[in-house]
Amino acid sequence: MEPLDMELEEGELELPAEPMHLNLGPSHPAMHGTVRIVLELSGETMVKADVQVGYLHRGFEKMCERGTWAQVFPYVDRLNYVSPMLNNVGYALAVEKLCGLVVPERCQWYRMALGELARISDHLTCDGAMAMELGAITPFLWFVKAREMVWDILEEETGARLTHSFGRIGGMANPPSRDFKGLCRAALPKIVGLVEEGERMLLKNRIFIDRLENVGAISGADAVALGWTGPCLRATGVAYDIRKAHPYLKYDEVDFDVPVGTKGDTLDRFLVRLGEIRQSRRIIEQSIDRMADDGPISCDDPAVVLPDKMAVYTTIEATIQHFKLIMEGAKIPKGEVYSYTEGGNGELGFYLVSDGSGTPYRVRIRPPCFQITGGLSKLLEGRMLSDIVPTFGSLNMIGGECDH
Amino acid sequence: MSQVVLDKLRERFGAAVLETHSQLGDDTAVVDPSKWKAICAFLRQDPALDFDLPVDLCGVDYPDRAPRMEVVMHLYSISMRHRIRLKTRVGDEDMAGAELDSVTSIWPGMNWLEREVFDMSGVHFRGHPDLRRILMYPEFEGHPLQRTYAADRTQPLVPYRTEAEAGMPLHKLEPFGPDEGMPFGRMPPRPEDD
Amino acid sequence: MGDVNRSLTLEGSEQGFATTKVDALLGWARKYSLFMYPFVTACCGMEFMALTSPRFDVARFGAEAPRFSPRQSDLLWVVGTISQRQAPVLKRIYEQMMDPKWVMAFGTCASTGGFYDNYTTVPGIDKIIPTDVYIPGCPPRPEAVLDGLMLLQDKIARNERRPGVVKPRFDPAHNVAGLVHLRRSATDARDLVPALRDKEAKALAPHGGREA
Repeated sequence: MEPLDMELEEGELELPAEPMHLNLGPSHPAMHGTVRIVLELSGETMVKADVQVGYLHRGFEKMCERGTWAQVFPYVDRLNYVSPMLNNVGYALAVEKLCGLVVPERCQWYRMALGELARISDHLTCDGAMAMELGAITPFLWFVKAREMVWDILEEETGARLTHSFGRIGGMANPPSRDFKGLCRAALPKIVGLVEEGERMLLKNRIFIDRLENVGAISGADAVALGWTGPCLRATGVAYDIRKAHPYLKYDEVDFDVPVGTKGDTLDRFLVRLGEIRQSRRIIEQSIDRMADDGPISCDDPAVVLPDKMAVYTTIEATIQHFKLIMEGAKIPKGEVYSYTEGGNGELGFYLVSDGSGTPYRVRIRPPCFQITGGLSKLLEGRMLSDIVPTFGSLNMIGGECDH
Repeated sequence: MSQVVLDKLRERFGAAVLETHSQLGDDTAVVDPSKWKAICAFLRQDPALDFDLPVDLCGVDYPDRAPRMEVVMHLYSISMRHRIRLKTRVGDEDMAGAELDSVTSIWPGMNWLEREVFDMSGVHFRGHPDLRRILMYPEFEGHPLQRTYAADRTQPLVPYRTEAEAGMPLHKLEPFGPDEGMPFGRMPPRPEDD
Repeated sequence: MGDVNRSLTLEGSEQGFATTKVDALLGWARKYSLFMYPFVTACCGMEFMALTSPRFDVARFGAEAPRFSPRQSDLLWVVGTISQRQAPVLKRIYEQMMDPKWVMAFGTCASTGGFYDNYTTVPGIDKIIPTDVYIPGCPPRPEAVLDGLMLLQDKIARNERRPGVVKPRFDPAHNVAGLVHLRRSATDARDLVPALRDKEAKALAPHGGREA
């Protein structure tokens, strides 16, 4: 691999005329795990920053080609692992677009509610981690406490706190639990309360503001040319949100705003995420108000949806259907599709190529934070060393997604 | 909605646009690789098209076709709200001639995407400022997302410990013999010696 | 992997016993003051963050202090998938740590590579560095991690390096009262704690007993 340190000959001195190389290695507390930034420093100022990703490349796209369409769901969960439900829903929508399926209305509201819960969890983690890296450890603990409340709801629904694998082609794995609406309604005010406490602690702190304001600023046109989407793009002033521009599920039937920043600096990115938590709360409340209490959660299509378990155990047709769907995979029609949703970091796209069999021919994920991290070196040039921490933290680079 | 885009493209480039379709609502155009950069520049600069957001670039390997590697680019226009998928095919059986012009000068965001396509699929981009591997390490040989690369062929950087060193069993037991298990993937069975 | 076992050994004992009071004291001190090096890579990192937060509180076990320098830490938490590219980094960090040091494989990807059986994932960190405790789960619940941590502390206290398999702590087959305890029944509490028995008896009496 690339050398971790420079080799100098005996007796050779590092002359101050050349910039110093500093390696912010792949194992670093503020590097969110697995990014390596090789810096050339001139004093405290960064002359050049080479951002190296790929230390968490897990071969997601190659693994998808080795299973069935439904076996992709666990892999997809582990892409953006702070908001796994958004990935599940995004992939399920992509396959459904390829099949031409539309899930029942109850499922659409359910997907929206769960997805927005995942988005809240994502933004809480990002802002909390960013605050912690700047030294404000207490708001991080409060945000994690709020995140635990979200995870409690998701655990009640799906059985797992983090990587649920709950999406299915044509619906979800299970219908909403009996207490889902009650849990959401009880938890959301507390979550927003904790967010407000964190804000009160942080946003009046002169030092915190000084470390974030005007740091890592980028203009809207530059961000668009770099391929940025999501909260990082909206912080620059470009109001592109897929939920508004190209609504999917029932996003055109709920009322919510899209927080947009002005300067595109780190403070704006921080605030946009906090604002989005509140908007997600509105979406969840409206979704659960409108979600029916009974009704089918999955489509009726026997070619892709697993039959009811009782039928599998008692009738032969359902057994055969179950067997074929598990062993050979759902036969998705031949073709290709690009389907995009608003993930936690921006436009989460799936480009699927099907050859008509039960195994995907190609699953390509368009990871939002890959492009965003591609712009990091531009944001860092000319800034001081300690600006890396808030800038990088505000981009919310999730290793699983960036390195897929 | 963006039939306009495909029409303008065909009008301007004529024979270089090999085929178009709009299946499932995605407007797609397959173009000649030699005109790749010119078409991209047109899509970016024409005021009625204005594709300013580089969404994605990837490679899809069809080893039974010639040319084999299909490079797929997705673009979006924030002002016009339309999308296009641009495809081109390069490379023969051994991936010779799999070269395209880099469009990094048109969209800086394509820098990392082109590096990724190079790394994973083996397509070389002429004129790219810094074409090196991005997801894999420099010592890696081969391009993993090509269908001919076996998914479980590892190239470890650090040699694995032996069981003698560890004093306990380390390596997994193979759960399936070569004839068992689900027949996924498109690879023919490999010979036993690895 | 060294041990700092410089005590006198009593007769009949081999490596693996805390043979003197000094050793016992050292084992106790070490196990309750582990400085961790969180080598966090992937999704397990989220559960790691949850572990250090107030609900699951790893500070109760003395293992809270993260030291981001391998020179200052003694427990290497390998949290998340290790790719082939990351492997030399992991090995280097492990080699930079000073004895006595322990390694915890947090999660299935660190233990065995998980379901990423491909060209880019190391099938378990024990192919690269010796590991003391493996915690399965994808990601493991924080309670599972704490359980693993307690097992490791047990090993540290006894100065043990030998591999072993965890004994089941509660064997359902031997539980005659039933396989699952859904609610605490009045009977259990009474048998366990005499003081509670009297208190319970007093509490139960006016209501004429509760349903189990």
